[in-house]
Amino acid sequence: MAVPKRKVSKSRRDKRRTHQKINGPNVASCAQCGEPAMQHHACPECGNYRGKNVLEKGE
Amino acid sequence: MRHKKSGVKLNRTSSHRKAMFRNMVTSLFKHDRIKTTDVKAKALRSWADHLVTLAKRGDLHARRQALAIIREKDVVHKLFEQAPKRFADISGGYTRIIKLGFRAGDAAPISVIELTGEPPAAENAEKDKKEKKAKKDKPAAKASAAETE
Repeated sequence: MAVPKRKVSKSRRDKRRTHQKINGPNVASCAQCGEPAMQHHACPECGNYRGKNVLEKGE
Repeated sequence: MRHKKSGVKLNRTSSHRKAMFRNMVTSLFKHDRIKTTDVKAKALRSWADHLVTLAKRGDLHARRQALAIIREKDVVHKLFEQAPKRFADISGGYTRIIKLGFRAGDAAPISVIELTGEPPAAENAEKDKKEKKAKKDKPAAKASAAETE
C-alpha cells in the first residue's frame, strides 16, 4: 500500500490551505438610509424593505 | 431521491409539528404578524392559506374545520368576519415573509410573516373600543356601530 514517506511540514500544510477562505457576507446598502443592509432583508437600521417600513421603527 | 417528500420535518415528530403550527397559525391570525425562523415561516404559509380559504368559504362546516385548527375561538370568528372582505381580490398567497437577519445565540435566520391585504383589524378594533367608550359620539363609527347593534 502506498504510504507517505514524510510527515507533511506545518509550512507545507499551511501553504496548501492558503486557498481555503471564507467570504464575508454580501452586504448592500439600504436604499432608504444608506446604512449597510443584507440583500433581500429588511434594513436593521431603519426597518425598510422595498420602500416600506416593515418593522415600524421610528422616523 | 426526494420524490414525494414535500414539507419540512423541523426535527419534530408529526404530533409535535402539528401542535406547533396550530400554535403559530393561531398567533399569526391573532396578531397579524409574527416573528419566526425563515423555515418555519415558509412552512406556516400553507397553514395560513388553508385557513383563509376556509374563511372565504365561510359556511358552518368551514368554520368548524377552522375551529379544529385554531386554538382560540375568538380568532376564528374574527378571521371569518374579516377574511372575505380583506382577501376578496386575492386568490392565494395571503401571507408575506420578510427576512430580518440572524438571531443572536444560534444564528438562525429570522423573518417576519404577516398577512397581506389591508388590515381592517386594528382600525376596527380601535373604533369599536372608542365607540363603546364614547357611545356613538363619533360619526365615523356609525357604520360599525350599526353592525354591532
